[in-house]
Amino acid sequence: MEWSRILTQVLGELVAPTTAAYALAAIGLNLHFGYTGLLNMGQAGFMLLGAYGFAIASMHGASVVVALLVAIACGAVFAAVLGIPTLKLRGDYLAIVTISAAEIIRMVGRSTMFDDWTGGSSGLRGDQYTAGFQALSPLPDGRTTIGPLTYLNNGFDSWWLRLVAWGVVALAVVFVLLVTRSPWGRVLKGIREDEDAVRALGKNVFAYKMQALVLGGVMGALAGVLYTLPRSVQPDGMGRSMTFFVWTVLLLGGAATLFGPVLGSMLFFALYMLLRAGMRVALPDGFVSATQIEQIGGMLVGVTLMALVIFRPQGILGNRKELAFDVR
Amino acid sequence: MSAEMSSPTTAVEAAAAAAADPASAEAVQVARDLTFVEPRVGVAKPDAVLVVDGVQRRFGGMTAVDVDHLEVQRGAITALIGPNGAGKTTLFNLLTGFDTPNQGSWTFDGRSLAGRSGAAVARAGMVRTFQLTKALSRLTVLQNMLLATPRHPGERLGLSWLPFLWRAREREATEKALEILARFKLDAKKDDFAGALSGGQRKLLEMARALMTDPTVIMLDEPMAGVNPALVQSLLGHVQALRDEGMTVVFVEHDMHAVRHISDWVVVMAEGRIVAEGPPGTVMQDQAVVDAYLGAHHDTDLGDDALLDPAVLARLEAEATGRQSAPETDHQEEQR
Ligand SMILES: Nc1ncnc2c1ncn2[C@@H]1O[C@H](COP(=O)(O)OP(=O)(O)OP(=O)(O)O)[C@@H](O)[C@H]1O
Ligand SMILES: [Mg+2]
Repeated sequence: MEWSRILTQVLGELVAPTTAAYALAAIGLNLHFGYTGLLNMGQAGFMLLGAYGFAIASMHGASVVVALLVAIACGAVFAAVLGIPTLKLRGDYLAIVTISAAEIIRMVGRSTMFDDWTGGSSGLRGDQYTAGFQALSPLPDGRTTIGPLTYLNNGFDSWWLRLVAWGVVALAVVFVLLVTRSPWGRVLKGIREDEDAVRALGKNVFAYKMQALVLGGVMGALAGVLYTLPRSVQPDGMGRSMTFFVWTVLLLGGAATLFGPVLGSMLFFALYMLLRAGMRVALPDGFVSATQIEQIGGMLVGVTLMALVIFRPQGILGNRKELAFDVR
Repeated sequence: MSAEMSSPTTAVEAAAAAAADPASAEAVQVARDLTFVEPRVGVAKPDAVLVVDGVQRRFGGMTAVDVDHLEVQRGAITALIGPNGAGKTTLFNLLTGFDTPNQGSWTFDGRSLAGRSGAAVARAGMVRTFQLTKALSRLTVLQNMLLATPRHPGERLGLSWLPFLWRAREREATEKALEILARFKLDAKKDDFAGALSGGQRKLLEMARALMTDPTVIMLDEPMAGVNPALVQSLLGHVQALRDEGMTVVFVEHDMHAVRHISDWVVVMAEGRIVAEGPPGTVMQDQAVVDAYLGAHHDTDLGDDALLDPAVLARLEAEATGRQSAPETDHQEEQR
């Protein structure tokens, strides 16, 4: 009986809004790293900024559409500010700048400096900014059961949110499909391989890198909105470990593949849930505490990331043959 | 020196040889234009497409390039030769916007290119290849070619997701790419990853890719290095064909046979300076050139096939090192 409950929980993770949010963030990171070769080590910063943009705009009376536009603008401006000084330099510099910029966003958000706007370290409560979004739902009130999964139609952790979240992910996948199969995507891949060669063919490499950085950053910002819709905006919950989760999701599914980020996110959260719930059931009472289970889970994610990079850097969907040429 | 007689050693002979071949009327014209140009450093050309003035590039205390004046004749094949570390690649980098000189100016087709980016120079019509080949490994050979298509609407983000707007251009580019690949015997490889090509094939691919941009001037940095002798012959033919189509070719090459065989004009660099220029036959007998290469006074002609004999080379080398230790070249940094 216990195990069937765990199985339901695992299934629930596959369609959870959080899984969709990570999938979207990883799709953005895939545009950066997978297709263009940009090392963005601060995707959580884009997500946090997008979440703040949406929440703060909503709290000050903006409609959902305007609040989303604010989130998008936050992601785009952040990308431009980080890209202008670093995209002309070697790739590693972007990594350093993004990781510290993401930390700065989190520090500023949790400080008392802008308390009135960001709520300091306690953040923003969900009910302060989600009312507009929930009011948009066309679904009738009540509960719906699909298979083993039962959720409220409307409200925080609802079918409505799942519908919207996965709808956005589907749109992003189609968009990435179109642009990466186009000559534009070909230029990005060329830049990933050798930007001087692409420059020698007359392409403005800086402009392409900037476009990729902004697009992926905007997806990160929207992912931040999706991530915070079923909960609250918590700056400390959106720090470096979130960035590493997004990287794990991307590398698990396979960088530079279309469905890699989506598959990676589903698999990651399903396994993560299985692991924690399984530990709770399988280990005798009092052997490990609930917090320890969380900590062990986090540790195993780190080990997974390392193992992936070492043993299967192309991920699940990637092509081993392609990767073989990396050694020049 | 009997083998020498069959290949053109002077511009006049080249003109005569070309005249025998009615297909390359262009070659005759070029050779004739250059016949009356005095073989002197910095000499003016009748129709210069590229004019370099006072370009200097220093790395720390060392002057890698110091060119007072250089003109490159339009529609001709100009070879740039010189010993390792002479500054040939650095000069290419400077002229194509991949490096910035400490001082100097240069014009291409009458427009100044100083301070323009590498991409802007390429778009203006001067396209280069790299000494250390830059194949885009995880793109197929055909994708490598298509990437070079100039003014492709599908490369604009705003239009990229609307394939019907650029499909025609893509088809056109594919046709052209396949035709060029066939010329370089790479058409069978079109769907292979470029990373799976051999070193010589990558050289060919890089050259083929540069041609996709329809350049006015193509600058090749050691295009024959690592290409097998039979293919070198046909490559030389391709380069001549480019010239006959009206393209200007500037190439760096250490293979003296190739230089002597196809170039209309030879420019010799040593220690950053241009030490001689002129038609191939004249230049290779120039004392300054022989000195620059062999480091000692010899009455050997650089085009002499005797230099291919290891025994002769070993003797020359021994003499050279006896006179002064040859300067070491740092090969790792040269490609920036
Ligand atoms: N980025 C750099 N930093 C410092 N020194 C450099 C750099 N690039 C080139 N040099 C130096 O400038 C000189 C000219 O180098 P360059 O690569 O132009 O020679 P080259 O004529 O192309 O030689 P090769 O025939 O071996 O290719 C060399 O002495 C080299 O060490
Ligand atoms: Mg060189």
